[in-house]
Amino acid sequence: MAKLIAKSPGAGLLPVRVGSLSLTEEAHDAITCVAPFQGQEKPVSAALKDAIGAALPGVGRVTGKAGARVAWLGLGQVLVLGPPVAPPGAAVTDQSDGWACLTLEGPGSRAVLARLTPLDLRENLFKRGHAARSLLGHMTCLFLRTGVERYEMLVFRSMAATAVHELTHAMQSVAAQRSGA
Amino acid sequence: MRLPCPICGERDVREFTYKGHAVALDRPAPNAGDAAWEDYVHLRENPAGETRELWYHGGGCGAWIVVRRNTVTHEVLGAELASEVAE
Amino acid sequence: MRLSQGGLIDRAKPLRFSFDGKGYQGFAGDTLASALLANDVRLVGRSFKYHRPRGILTADSNEPNALMTIRRAVDEPNVRATTQELYEGLEARSQNAWPALGFDLLGMNDLLAPFLGAGFYYKTFMWPKSFWERVYEPFIRRAAGLGALSKAPDRGRYDKAFAHCDLLVIGGGPAGLMAALVAGRAGADVILADEDTRLGGRLLAEREEIDGGPALDWVEEATAELRALPNVRLMTRTTVTGAYDGGTYGALERVSQHLASPAGHAPIETFWRIVARRAILAAGAHERPIAFPNNDRPGVMLASAVRAYVNRWGVAPGKRVAVFGQGADAERTARDLRAAGVELAEVITDRVTGTNGRLGLEEILVPDGDGARGINCDCLAVAGGWNPAVHLTCHMGARPVWRDDLAAFVPAEGAVPGLTPAGACAGAFSTAACLSGGARVAGAILEDLGLSAPKPDLPEAEDGGYTITPIWHVEGKGRAWLDFQNDVTVKDVKQSATEGFRSVEHMKRYTTQGMATDQGKNSNVAALAVLADATGRTIPETGTTTFRPPYTPINIAALGAGALDKGFAPERHLTSHAASVARGAPMIEAGLWYRPSYFPAPGEQTWREACDREVTMVRQAVGVADVSTLGKIDIQGPDAGKFLDFVYTNTFSTLKEGRVRYGLMLREDGHVMDDGTTARLGAQQYLMTTTTAAAGQVMAHLDWVRQALMPGADVQIASVTEHWAQFAVAGPKAGAVLASVLDDWAPGDWPFMSCGAVSVSGVAGRLFRISFSGEQGYEIAVPARFGESLFRLLVAQAEALGGGPYGMEALNVLRIEKGFITHAEIHGRVTAFDIGMGRMVSAKKDCVGKTMSERPGLSGPEREQMVGLKPAGSVKQLTGGAHLFEAGARATAANSQGYVTSVGFSPTLGCFLGQGFLRNGRARHGETVRMVDHVRGVEAMCEVCDPVFYDPEGGRMRG
Repeated sequence: MAKLIAKSPGAGLLPVRVGSLSLTEEAHDAITCVAPFQGQEKPVSAALKDAIGAALPGVGRVTGKAGARVAWLGLGQVLVLGPPVAPPGAAVTDQSDGWACLTLEGPGSRAVLARLTPLDLRENLFKRGHAARSLLGHMTCLFLRTGVERYEMLVFRSMAATAVHELTHAMQSVAAQRSGA
Repeated sequence: MRLPCPICGERDVREFTYKGHAVALDRPAPNAGDAAWEDYVHLRENPAGETRELWYHGGGCGAWIVVRRNTVTHEVLGAELASEVAE
Repeated sequence: MRLSQGGLIDRAKPLRFSFDGKGYQGFAGDTLASALLANDVRLVGRSFKYHRPRGILTADSNEPNALMTIRRAVDEPNVRATTQELYEGLEARSQNAWPALGFDLLGMNDLLAPFLGAGFYYKTFMWPKSFWERVYEPFIRRAAGLGALSKAPDRGRYDKAFAHCDLLVIGGGPAGLMAALVAGRAGADVILADEDTRLGGRLLAEREEIDGGPALDWVEEATAELRALPNVRLMTRTTVTGAYDGGTYGALERVSQHLASPAGHAPIETFWRIVARRAILAAGAHERPIAFPNNDRPGVMLASAVRAYVNRWGVAPGKRVAVFGQGADAERTARDLRAAGVELAEVITDRVTGTNGRLGLEEILVPDGDGARGINCDCLAVAGGWNPAVHLTCHMGARPVWRDDLAAFVPAEGAVPGLTPAGACAGAFSTAACLSGGARVAGAILEDLGLSAPKPDLPEAEDGGYTITPIWHVEGKGRAWLDFQNDVTVKDVKQSATEGFRSVEHMKRYTTQGMATDQGKNSNVAALAVLADATGRTIPETGTTTFRPPYTPINIAALGAGALDKGFAPERHLTSHAASVARGAPMIEAGLWYRPSYFPAPGEQTWREACDREVTMVRQAVGVADVSTLGKIDIQGPDAGKFLDFVYTNTFSTLKEGRVRYGLMLREDGHVMDDGTTARLGAQQYLMTTTTAAAGQVMAHLDWVRQALMPGADVQIASVTEHWAQFAVAGPKAGAVLASVLDDWAPGDWPFMSCGAVSVSGVAGRLFRISFSGEQGYEIAVPARFGESLFRLLVAQAEALGGGPYGMEALNVLRIEKGFITHAEIHGRVTAFDIGMGRMVSAKKDCVGKTMSERPGLSGPEREQMVGLKPAGSVKQLTGGAHLFEAGARATAANSQGYVTSVGFSPTLGCFLGQGFLRNGRARHGETVRMVDHVRGVEAMCEVCDPVFYDPEGGRMRG
């Protein structure tokens, strides 16, 4: 019997490098959406802590460390970026293949995103370990800040080509303006 | 225009979509009668001044919110989660 | 003429440029205007209506006359020479003159002036009506106008961007610099935006001292300090163009127009949306001209502009310069001219009653006894007093307030929430007052924001008072111009009042005063004064017109930045996208998705051939289609069943695990919102399928119902559309294809409308026994990473059995043959009753839309009900959108009995088939109706029939 071949959302699109800016694809073991049922936040948090060492984050925050993180996703929902989990007391959906996970890194990253999102990304407001849902161009996007000039973005898989196009365009613009006048 | 999402904080209006007056939260009972349903589905005030309206934070956290807004001054006076108003 | 020394120009960097084809030289630091004046070019344009010769009036963005077309990748018209920085090789052309600037044939318009006054359009071009479009308008367009667009598409890059700050300071003169220093030192996030190329404002153009040294030194120090603060962002060449709700400001940054060779990917302009908790308007003030006879001759210039050209650019705007005005402004102009060694003709404080000169000023006339005396000069510096730049404070509806002592409007208190004016735009004109005003306003804002600011040491500066007895208008022979850009004279405004257009808004529209691209910045107040005088009212009684955004013109391309081509909307690609494209399938848009229209086979000439083949292939063998675009929503929780019972008209809480049910969803007004199948995957888990078109709307609706209408329900909703790649496998041989890719699978275990987990070549997937084609059909889902691979595999297996892939066209025909609906049918105005699904609205429970669906008029014989249509006459074609009429009736709107929603040619039945809505249609099966398509000119007789044309018993689907 034939074997199915896996293909990542960014295959053929990434990496992109423009000057000192880079756009790469992030790989996660699994992406699991966890939405605790009524009154189940505490046990779900404890179960996650047990399973991967990261508890349920508050609104707009990320817990855990590389390879096992829990990121706030929206009203009552988090995404576990790491090993597959199935804590009892929560609606659990596998979304491993639903997201294109892009990492923008390098000096000027914030200026690149300023061209695409209305989010307030100021240094002292959107810090390392913060998460926010907003728009990237016309696309809904989960933004994670993971370094001084490092942002991870999760967009719908089907929109990966558009996201890469928009980001590349902005990267080129910022790079040209930094090198120019 | 900026709206204060109770979950995400103040955000650009482009993250939201508009539904209409917050009266949509007060769904009549199925047997409330034609007048009550006509009122609920079709009839809306057009206030000059403070009003309460429903917005969906679809470009953000996914919350439905009730925004208090002044239609004359455009001042946004506050917002609550629709789920909390409804309860 | 270039002065031998002075100015903020780099004389070591000469730059060549051309104007109307003639070569000149300027220096780095010049504007196009200063460089032209340095080369004694005074005539720079022809006026809008009368083609009068015009020269440079200002030294800033208010310039009404010196509008030019600059050669760029795509030529840019209407560029103000006063703000265009000079660069090597710049090419500028004058506008609105033919054949040449110095000899403009349309200058004869000026001789016709008695006939072209205020309202002449309205009076002259009244009739015949048909002449307007064919004769009058084209002529007027050619004769009156600004620069012309190149009409080539502008492929240049424009950016849009967002910025956020605690404090936005608008304007980098003394008030703005001081405010930014105070706020920056206190640690606030500050953006300081200025439209000029460098900070300093008026200080760049004046000879002044601050703290005992040249004011420019202070500007340099302040700029350096601000530049060193990490919390301060300096944005030069950036005009704040509008104030909007919620502390949002629009700003246009000119990124590349000042460069001879812009960096490759740099945008031409960036349009910023700046969100500021607070803002300070430090936009300064604009000097105003005086209306006296023939005051528009090239060489007549604002006194502030004369000082700017002398002091900032080292240019004498004339060889012999006279000054007209009172008080400090006239004095300092005379002083600066003397200091620069320019011959001063005379300072006139009383009246200038006329001018003479061909294509430029040669002489001015002043009263002398009963007559007039001429004064030789080639430049007249006019100081008519100052108007605070109140514009942004009016953008949200506030009107400015008149101050008699300044004879000017100042911003109203609280005009724009969060925006405070400071310095000259608040009516404080001295440098000392600007510095202290900027510091004071910034201090108060910081306190409001909870930041502490040490009291700043205010630098010492000029603190002269400002007194004015305004001269609005000097009587005399000849026209006195108010609005240079739109050619409006004092006489026009008076005539407007005489003819009854006494309201300022009426006067504006009748005369076009202030309606040019400079929005009357030089002339509105004087025009008001003339109108007030003519109507016997005071200026405040007369009122003002409304200043609207943008403060200066913005290229549409900048406002629409990022929305061109791929930026217009995201493209959603299927995992099978590349494989479909490789097979030559044309991709068509379905919402944001791109789906294959059909898969052409060798030898096929038209889409219909491919479509017919694919339909037949599915009916006789097997077809594979990517259906991943359908919305897939995971619904879990103890109340999941209850929730679905409330959003669907029918019942889902009773659905057994491992089974699928078709569901119908209504809007609260009783009309159909969407349809689709929902599968029960577990005791507390369902998977809802939505149509492609309504996926987003349904998700928002489910969130609404859960949060607002059922806040207590314990249910969670998540879209998993993107996670799964899902393919329809349909046809008599579908089971065989599936058996070849599924592990341990037999079709007998999967009855119609069953679902469950399967192993797809070792990958965990899901299988649904559902059909949108009417054949034995399955939908098989795998995680999207395997989507492309599975698609290729399924297609290969199908082809081995005489099948293959099918596209949207075939999918549409297959569903029409079966009477299945799409959003062409459930278009928002139909009820469950209309589509023959009235009985799906359960009587046993409430659901969204149920009560309103029971209203009178939403069911019954008067409704247009869904029917099938077949050609029954000599014309065999049906068209979507056509209307239906009784066989003998005239095809008028009043006689319309319904309409056609979907059509397709059925290779299975060998004819066109249609779906549509017909009044009382279900009772009219067998009747012949007349179909008329007025748009395409098609008319056909049709037989009304049941919408299910093929296999009405459903044996093929279930078997």
